[in-house]
Amino acid sequence: MEDKTIVCRCEDVTLEEIRQAIAGGARTLDEIKRLKRCGMGPCQGRTCRPLIAGELSRITGQDQASLTLPTFRPPVIPLKLGTLARGGAKNEQA
Amino acid sequence: MNRHEVIIIGGGVTGCSIAYHLAARGMKDVAVLERAYLTSGATGRCGAGFRHQWGTKTNCLLAKHAIARLERLAEELDYPGGVEIKQGGYLILAYTPKMEEQFKKNLALQRSLGIDARWVTPREAREIVPFLNTEGLLGATFCAKDGHANPFKVTDAYARAARRLGVKIHTYTEVQDIKIEGSLKTVITSRGTFQAPVVVNAAGGHAAEIGRMVGVDLPVVPERHQILVTEPVEQVLGPMVMSFYHNLYCQQTPHGSFIMGLGDPNEPKEYNVRSSWQFLSQMAQKVVWLLPVLKNVRVVRQWAGVYDMSPDRQPVLGEVPEVPGFYVAAGFSGHGFMIAPMTGQLMAEIILGLPTTLPVDMFSLSRFTTGELFVEPSVV
Repeated sequence: MEDKTIVCRCEDVTLEEIRQAIAGGARTLDEIKRLKRCGMGPCQGRTCRPLIAGELSRITGQDQASLTLPTFRPPVIPLKLGTLARGGAKNEQA
Repeated sequence: MNRHEVIIIGGGVTGCSIAYHLAARGMKDVAVLERAYLTSGATGRCGAGFRHQWGTKTNCLLAKHAIARLERLAEELDYPGGVEIKQGGYLILAYTPKMEEQFKKNLALQRSLGIDARWVTPREAREIVPFLNTEGLLGATFCAKDGHANPFKVTDAYARAARRLGVKIHTYTEVQDIKIEGSLKTVITSRGTFQAPVVVNAAGGHAAEIGRMVGVDLPVVPERHQILVTEPVEQVLGPMVMSFYHNLYCQQTPHGSFIMGLGDPNEPKEYNVRSSWQFLSQMAQKVVWLLPVLKNVRVVRQWAGVYDMSPDRQPVLGEVPEVPGFYVAAGFSGHGFMIAPMTGQLMAEIILGLPTTLPVDMFSLSRFTTGELFVEPSVV
């Protein structure tokens, strides 16, 4: 893959940026995610996670299977706020 | 054995800011111990806002100084790409006469301290946020200089600047115990033992646990707060919209996504960072009422973090008198991120015995025994 290859297509993060994060000291998927936004978009890392794990493993020599995955967070697919508010909009005091 | 002059426990924005400010003042033999990755605690889970609009003089001044630093942080710390500052203001909504009265008191205080905040009518509020539902709204306060910064980048900027000055940052290094012999503290971690005469507890929601390791009872308790973020869309919302009535806040980041959160007054005081479906539903119902246009925006992720709550919602900053050389910077109660530049500066000044830039006596731990609390009225 080339430097300009887009690894995270939700957030337009290139391989070069991933390599920069690793060169800057990042050693985990969690650290790379928070500095570069990869995995924070609508697909929540389904596409980029294995690609970045492979690159991190290749550069740092860590066994790919041993890498800790960032927490999988709900919702599983993007949902409209209007759908989630299916009970209706509420003017409710806390 | 790793021997240092200062050990800081906690690699959030507070710990990294303290480390940087110590190093910048010549104290470079500093180690930061972080149990996971930098920002893995409250910093990386926070709402990422900053505001001048507070209800106590101390907080107004802290915020004013801290935000002035945030505005030019990228230059100060030589951080290419910046820390994603957006100053679209905070619009704080008033729904009851009591709120209006309190907010107008806050405004008088803020304005006396040179903070440019003002009262806006519901009509003016709609000029600032055209799609705001103003039903029942009495008015709002607005300060155009309030805004957003990226907590990951602010922390990374401090961490990098600190490292350049010689600070050692140890991630994935969990503190398990602290032993004190004379003035020397031995910190036992999952990755070896560290020693220093000075230890700083900047452990956020874990601060009370760290305190117990040296026999100090810190009245700081974790309290879960939940947040969600949406897909990015074009910029339509300038300010952070905050409602103490609904106990919610919502802001569009420079990236285009909306970050919003809700406080739950019945939240148990325990360490819990799991998210709930109830939050998703309540948040959606309330925000769609307040900002109806958001009904078409998709939620991509929800998460939770803990506030490190103190009894008066104010931090504890300073040395613990019973344990010389043991310092605390915790209890930020949901506003640690935005004041972190000043927390770092003040803590460095306290530790090095320098005159402090702002008064700090009111942040002492002893206020909880003498009863001299100073409750901040404006917290979600």
